[in-house]
Amino acid sequence: MWRCVSRGLRIPSRRSTSADSSFTHRFFSSQSNAASPAYTIVDHTYDAVVVGAGGAGLRAAIGLSEHGFNTACITKLFPTRSHTVAAQGGINAALGNMTEDDWRWHMYDTVKGSDWLGDQDAIQYMCREAPKAVIELENYGLPFSRTDEGKIYQRAFGGQSLDFGKGGQAYRCACAADRTGHALLHTLYGQAMKHNTQFFVEYFALDLIMGSDGSCQGVIALNMEDGTLHRFRSSSTILATGGYGRAYFSATSAHTCTGDGNAMVARAGLPLEDLEFVQFHPTGIYGAGCLITEGSRGEGGILRNSEGERFMERYAPTAKDLASRDVVSRSMTMEIREGRGVGPMKDHIYLHLNHLPPNVLKERLPGISETAAIFAGVDVTKEPIPVLPTVHYNMGGIPTNYHGEVVNKKGDDPDAIVPGLFAAGEAACASVHGANRLGANSLLDIVVFGRACANRVAETYKPGQKQNPLPNDAGEKTIAWLDKIRNANGSLHTSQIRLNMQRIMQNNAAVFRTQETLEEGCNLIDKAWESYHDVNLKDRSLIWNSDLLETIELENLLINACITMHSAEARKESRGAHAREDFTKRDDEKWMKHTLGYWENEKVRLDYRPVHMNTLDDEVETFPPKARVY
Amino acid sequence: MATSLIRRAITRIQTPLPTLTILRHHASEPQTKHSTPTSTSSPSLKTFQIYRWNPDSPSKPDLKSYQIDLKNCGPMVLDALIKIKNEIDPTLTFRRSCREGICGSCAMNIDGCNGLACLTKIAEEKESMITPLPHMFVIKDLVVDMTNFYNQYKSIEPWLKRKGKVGGEDGKEVYQSKKDREKLDGMYECILCACCSTSCPSYWWNPESYLGPAALLHANRWIMDSRDEYTKERLDAVNDEFKLYRCHTILNCARACPKGLNPGKQIQNIKSLQA
Ligand SMILES: Cc1cc2nc3c(=O)[nH]c(=O)nc-3n(C[C@H](O)[C@H](O)[C@H](O)COP(=O)(O)OP(=O)(O)OC[C@H]3O[C@@H](n4cnc5c(N)ncnc54)[C@H](O)[C@@H]3O)c2cc1C
Ligand code: SF4
Ligand code: SF4
Ligand code: FES
Repeated sequence: MWRCVSRGLRIPSRRSTSADSSFTHRFFSSQSNAASPAYTIVDHTYDAVVVGAGGAGLRAAIGLSEHGFNTACITKLFPTRSHTVAAQGGINAALGNMTEDDWRWHMYDTVKGSDWLGDQDAIQYMCREAPKAVIELENYGLPFSRTDEGKIYQRAFGGQSLDFGKGGQAYRCACAADRTGHALLHTLYGQAMKHNTQFFVEYFALDLIMGSDGSCQGVIALNMEDGTLHRFRSSSTILATGGYGRAYFSATSAHTCTGDGNAMVARAGLPLEDLEFVQFHPTGIYGAGCLITEGSRGEGGILRNSEGERFMERYAPTAKDLASRDVVSRSMTMEIREGRGVGPMKDHIYLHLNHLPPNVLKERLPGISETAAIFAGVDVTKEPIPVLPTVHYNMGGIPTNYHGEVVNKKGDDPDAIVPGLFAAGEAACASVHGANRLGANSLLDIVVFGRACANRVAETYKPGQKQNPLPNDAGEKTIAWLDKIRNANGSLHTSQIRLNMQRIMQNNAAVFRTQETLEEGCNLIDKAWESYHDVNLKDRSLIWNSDLLETIELENLLINACITMHSAEARKESRGAHAREDFTKRDDEKWMKHTLGYWENEKVRLDYRPVHMNTLDDEVETFPPKARVY
Repeated sequence: MATSLIRRAITRIQTPLPTLTILRHHASEPQTKHSTPTSTSSPSLKTFQIYRWNPDSPSKPDLKSYQIDLKNCGPMVLDALIKIKNEIDPTLTFRRSCREGICGSCAMNIDGCNGLACLTKIAEEKESMITPLPHMFVIKDLVVDMTNFYNQYKSIEPWLKRKGKVGGEDGKEVYQSKKDREKLDGMYECILCACCSTSCPSYWWNPESYLGPAALLHANRWIMDSRDEYTKERLDAVNDEFKLYRCHTILNCARACPKGLNPGKQIQNIKSLQA
């Protein structure tokens, strides 16, 4: 039988740590809406606040705790439910456990993979730190798969080569079977518990609190369990809120990947960088959208068209099925367009694993074998898996330097730091992935830059450092906004507007793009934004109001979607994941620059900043742009 | 954890039990309230009876019926729940995230069995009943309070503990043979969904003192890790009449686990290692 609790008056306990004070007071919404109750506000002060408890957020929080900072980690999901848990394939690092390897080779592959839009200083930093980061994860207890000698096992992955592209396929992707993200996230959560990090679980961050001097002073969040609002004041705020895959109809991302952090930044008047670069993963399960890892091709899986042809040999003679993701996704789309798709509608492709030894499937790909059985009804030892390029990753995000500090363009300075604000993980754009991310570079990105943020905070601030008081009306606008949404009484359901947006993005910002589809897309997505003003909510409560949260998430998605579409329309070249049929070539002269998309008065404004071609030091030289062939 | 601090301050007022509907499958059929009109023609209509309880109007929980057309609905129970939320009743509240059985958010009781909504196919029967995980405090509808479950997980100290050097030689990884690594299979895959613990009769009766199958499975995961050097301390920590020995090998847990794990077997292992 069930036990039910009627939740009494919530009196948040006063925290005992001296650096922290929290107190409650009542706040009435600025609109004199008789129907809306008062909101309870609780104030907290921390040295640092991390928003997000995926790989990036947890790694940042662990680092901050290690450095002695009084840290709060706010997350809308219990940490191990974050989408990092879904990562399958693995994490890149030039450990050299399988063959000789060098982080410079890894760096070359990443620069090439980014189609020369990545910042080379940040890429150097990430690839050089990679071996240390992966060893650290192992030392934390991550159950990596092993080689015969007992070292961390590393598999082949897309776009990875030895000796600057001249030495053949690299084996650089460290993995725990095909559950690497799951193992990584649970391991990091364990470490965070060991350090007694303070979590605020199922707290939904709404907005940044910005000071009048343009610095970030913290965030305001909604406690989903009881509807209280919490103002977190902190010298440094680290956003690690993940991607916004759910702007599209079919995505490998979780329902909760809604780009909240991106939207918070955009609402604060700061730019989002390179959003037009959206990665389509070649092998999402047809229909369900669930991911089949690239590791399946790394272990020998092959893509075939309706004629049974291994068509990747034609498009990428050297790397074949392990070419970069943008290349494989485009090739598959071409095959389908030219009538060689499989299935009754000839609208997808087969991924064959049935020629692999059953023990390889069992030992290295057990998770996807299960997923394929459940979501495609396929026994991978006997039949091919129906797959389709599916939205998977957002290369763009909150612009940062390689320390994780958020940057903005200010007058002549394209790299002006926003004091107190940091970002890491899929939400950020450092930019290490440029126009196209290589598989297994994201798990690396999240741990390296999560840690970088913590280190930078330690260099810049001291634990317990005195902070400016929050302006008295801090968060007032946010509360009025929240109250308005909660009482929204228009004619369109949240789900209707969301579906419309997802269809527009799927149709008009797809694998291949043209001026026509993009112009139409801009038009349609702007209308979708307008239609949002007519949203309707049914649930008016404050406790676990998922109707309200989904609507806020929808607004966040729409902001991301609008900037994505407008950025894509403006970029008149093909680079990495942004493939234009009317501008088929990369144009380094005009377009080797990062897009900055601002959200101003509910409209998108675009600007640009240069790509960092410099490296950090003379350990490696800049890789000059050249044609990208696999 | 700040959350637990705040949560501890929450006064839990338990509504008197007799006013609650008893909803186990072996219990008498609860009252139902039909909210959607029944259409007759299409053969693929299906009714879901879903447990609803809103803390704002703390009357007794009830089952609400929703009818949907399976012809334009995905195959899984989660697809049905989302369809109902999107198209019929946006106030229906449940947790979900990954929709592929890896995040552990959507655990609930479906037709009397605990499972993940995103991995459970919609049954062919005309009616299905969906209720929260049994014996948990309900926050709203299908959302339950997992605090106790999480604290039990934390109590087994799920992180690698070493006595001497943290890492391996020369700052490298700690070596582990393939065979030793294999010992973690069947445990590290756990997604902390709580399907097992909330199906365990021993856990129902002693939710505070008995650690339950999920936490014990994790205890064994670290006991069995060749890299961990606190094996004995870990064994001692759970060697307790209540924490460990409430398990009577009923094996409900193994039946409930959506990832095909067998916590009961891991508990046996801990018991057998207790000298
Ligand atoms: C199916 C799949 C497989 C993948 N496989 C690989 C792989 O093999 N290798 C690889 O390198 N990469 C892989 N990736 C990519 C990689 O997993 C992700 O990019 C990465 O995990 C993102 O981590 P994150 O920490 O930035 O964000 P997430 O893990 O998404 O975490 C976001 C966090 O932010 C919190 N949050 C969000 N919004 C709010 C809010 N408003 N308030 C409070 N908290 C909030 C959430 O609760 C969550 O804790 C894969 C991705 C997918 C989808
Ligand atoms: S085997 Fe033990 S843990 Fe599992 S259901 Fe039975 S009593 Fe509970
Ligand atoms: S053992 Fe299985 S049922 Fe129990 S929490 Fe883990 S995954 Fe869920
Ligand atoms: S939604 Fe993640 S397990 Fe079901």
